[in-house]
Amino acid sequence: MVIEHKWKKWVYFIIPMAGFIIFTLFPFYWMAVTSFRPDGELYRSWRAANATPFWTLSPTTEHFRDLLTNTAFLQWLMNTMFVALVATAISLVCGLFAGYALSRLKFRGSEFLGTAIFITYLVPQTLLFIPLADIIRNMQIGNTPWALILTYPTFLIPFCTWLLMGYFKTIPKELEECARIDGATRFGAMVRIVFPIAIPGILSAGIFAFTLSWNEFIYALVFLSSVEEKTVPVGVVSELIRGDIFFWGQLMAGALLGSVPMAIVYSFFVEYYVAGLTGSVKG
Amino acid sequence: MAEVVLKSVNKMYGNVQAVKDVDLHVRDKEFMVFVGPSGCGKTTTLRMIAGLEEITSGDIYIGERLVNELPPMDRDIAMVFQNYALYPHKSVYDNMAFGLRMRKFPKPEIEKRVKDAADILDIEMLLHRKPRQLSGGQRQRVALGRAIVRHPQLFLFDEPLSNLDAKLRVQMRVELKRLHERLETTAVYVTHDQVEAMTLGDRVVVMKDGLVQQVGEPLELYNQPKNKFVAGFIGSPAMNFVEISIAAESGGLWANNAAFQIKVPPAKLEALRPKVGKQVTLGIRPEALQIANGSTPVESSFQASVEVIEPLGSEILLNVRCGTNDMVARVDPSIRVKLHENIRLALDPARLQFFDSDCELAL
Repeated sequence: MVIEHKWKKWVYFIIPMAGFIIFTLFPFYWMAVTSFRPDGELYRSWRAANATPFWTLSPTTEHFRDLLTNTAFLQWLMNTMFVALVATAISLVCGLFAGYALSRLKFRGSEFLGTAIFITYLVPQTLLFIPLADIIRNMQIGNTPWALILTYPTFLIPFCTWLLMGYFKTIPKELEECARIDGATRFGAMVRIVFPIAIPGILSAGIFAFTLSWNEFIYALVFLSSVEEKTVPVGVVSELIRGDIFFWGQLMAGALLGSVPMAIVYSFFVEYYVAGLTGSVKG
Repeated sequence: MAEVVLKSVNKMYGNVQAVKDVDLHVRDKEFMVFVGPSGCGKTTTLRMIAGLEEITSGDIYIGERLVNELPPMDRDIAMVFQNYALYPHKSVYDNMAFGLRMRKFPKPEIEKRVKDAADILDIEMLLHRKPRQLSGGQRQRVALGRAIVRHPQLFLFDEPLSNLDAKLRVQMRVELKRLHERLETTAVYVTHDQVEAMTLGDRVVVMKDGLVQQVGEPLELYNQPKNKFVAGFIGSPAMNFVEISIAAESGGLWANNAAFQIKVPPAKLEALRPKVGKQVTLGIRPEALQIANGSTPVESSFQASVEVIEPLGSEILLNVRCGTNDMVARVDPSIRVKLHENIRLALDPARLQFFDSDCELAL
């Protein structure tokens, strides 16, 4: 980027960028500040003489202690982790094979099938949870993690399939052909050559699927009823909003702790993740 | 070591026929080149030999075996692709060893073969690198190395040099030829570049629209093309074509055109006699045209004006215009002509070729 005047750089780059960063990060900052703010400050009027809405002068960990001791937060965390991991794994495996088949194998109706899978992803969850609830009840897996593990793939598999299908298309098919001449079967070439090359795509599909399951709310709200089976998003909201009382401190502490695992996952795989989304394979 | 036989091989893509009734016999240890414009079916034919495309009808034999139904891995072939197709996640060594590992070769044998191939191709120092750290020429060598470690019955090359720059391409061409002499393995090579075809091939197959036009040694194709397409495709600059009519006059046959009149050489009399009064196409190689001197007979020369001069150093290409016909003459570099000058060009009667204007077959 060549910018001839300094002020232009400020006007066109630094100021808009700063605005954008503040806009994006402010909710997280607000969440963090609120979770460390003592109750006395939390419920003080903004017009009070000693109000400090944007920071706190006496940070406290009482909300965290309260969250961890008086609620089943750790249990929720474990539930969410379990559900997200298993649902992601199932979806990734299905997505890998489906994405490969749709991008590489020519068969009758493959394009129609690809579009059909994509359309299922567009069916809103708010519509789908009603029939799914019926299925869950018939299968008698309501109020167990399996209710979520088996329903999350309904939106995760189409998503993974499409992301991976796009990625597989960027891998030259000569690589596979060469492997097949070198002595691999079609399946062998897929597993030994295509999948390793597709790791950035697989990782980003996995991260996305994991995030979607981690944050999922409606199915978790509908299919789980007992406190100890709940996931973080549902548990925090249903247990820390009692009637019309919002326990803001604990709510935000829960939100903060709930987003830590995601932040760790993202920071680990950020490079792969970017490569996966931009989809470039250099031979 | 094996010969390859194709018996009336056809390939249909839906309603489009990509390859039509190809019959071909590639001899043992032969370097056979398929050449033709893009979409002529040469790559499809190669891929059918490799087993990457199914055959719609016909038979393919490699060695003694009918391979129609064999998967690529069981055909004992190695292939070099246009984009090299190196496995990006494997080192050069692992790329070369992959085929051997898949075939469960013992480790010391794999090591020996990879080292040997690396030695032949001069890439020992690259063995631990990843493909993305290599230049185009080095990748090309690795792709070759991956093919030769396998000691296959048959090498298949799919335009392996077309991604290299011009200088490197010439160099690799020579190396490929040397390699083939050393390994003595049957090879089938696809290219759209007729120079590559002529320099590499023991024999060359010229294809167009899915049909084999002619199979022959390079000079045979050049000197005795079977039809107008082969004549025009082989050779650079391309053969000049002039529409003429044949007339019988004073005991001989004459090739007439609005701009010139040339006596048909005795060797062609028989072939052209039935064409008297009809249109035929006259083909003249650029080097069969020279500047006329005093001793040139009138019946084998004509007037032309110089339109463009291309001094290439070792020769000069003159683009001339004669009546409505544009022609190229390849003349000695010592010759001095001026732009738009009117010159008299002599043609070598022995090197004239005639083609039927309708079916384009050589007469």
